[in-house]
Amino acid sequence: MSALLQQSAYFAVLLTIGAFAVGDALHRKTGRDMANPLLIAVIIVAVVLLALDIDYAVYEAGAGVISWLLTPATVCLALPLYRQIEILRKNAAAAAVGVLVGVVSSAVLIFLLAMVFRLDSRQLATLLPKSVTTAIGIGISQELGGIPALTVAVIVLTGLCGNLTAGAVCRLFKITDPFAKGLAIGAASHAMGTSKALEMGEIEGAMSSVAVAVCGLVTVAAAPVFMSLL
Amino acid sequence: MSLVFEFGVIAAACFAGELLHHWIPLPVPAGIYGLCLLLGLLLCGVVREKHIARAAGFLLRIMTLLFVPAAVGILSVWGEVRRMLLPLAVAIVPVTILVMAATGCSVQWMKNRQGRGEK
Repeated sequence: MSALLQQSAYFAVLLTIGAFAVGDALHRKTGRDMANPLLIAVIIVAVVLLALDIDYAVYEAGAGVISWLLTPATVCLALPLYRQIEILRKNAAAAAVGVLVGVVSSAVLIFLLAMVFRLDSRQLATLLPKSVTTAIGIGISQELGGIPALTVAVIVLTGLCGNLTAGAVCRLFKITDPFAKGLAIGAASHAMGTSKALEMGEIEGAMSSVAVAVCGLVTVAAAPVFMSLL
Repeated sequence: MSLVFEFGVIAAACFAGELLHHWIPLPVPAGIYGLCLLLGLLLCGVVREKHIARAAGFLLRIMTLLFVPAAVGILSVWGEVRRMLLPLAVAIVPVTILVMAATGCSVQWMKNRQGRGEK
């Protein structure tokens, strides 16, 4: 049975969709942020893989078609962005400040963390790009001499954390403006947070995409500078 | 527009993004180049909303699902994660929340200030 599942072209896809459907149903039923469809899906898939003793590499090969859709989906973020471009034009200065605060606060906090825990430069380089989108983060981590595989894990967990806490953080810090919410979510938790921002509303989703793209590009330029300063 | 055409436009933007990724030696993924390119084309009217609206709407609605396989990948570096557990936990939870709060509050403050200036 296990061999059959490993060879199947559809098992991994079915498992992923099924796990997500369970998470989505729980989320709808409870209406709570903690019942996060992404988190629930990841836990279910991980438990099933461990229970059936299926290697992650085997699952990844099968579920690759799902990940493959990420690039076209990212490209499509241009559409909500285009629809909300007027708001962005009118508040360009606020958006620029937001991106700057996002990139700098993330770098400073990671640096403080590195001092407190006495991390070496390899570990620092691994953590520095944690708030940017995965593909950019891997590149930065490689460039600065980090551990790319670990950077991916940190980025994913950061995204998951942002996706999970976005609603509560906005309530707690009284961030009520959809424009501010979107930028905050995108700057802190990249595309995984953006998928949550899209659920909140179109302005949130559009501004979150702006933050992901611009923070990503700014971090590419700024990370080597931070690394040499720190 | 037919759905085939819509997906074709999106695939073209992805391919163009891929070419840029190949030619420009920066760690910027094809998707981000494609996003900027498609936004540019929408803004100058070469691509119109109706050319991509249904296909794009579909992809954006299922976007969260698309992150599941990558997130499960944590399993494959679990050993490494366990070795740095405490700093990683701090880097992930409090830092993410603080960055989100700092960004959101500063944007909201700027926006309110501007709003008052206009009146």
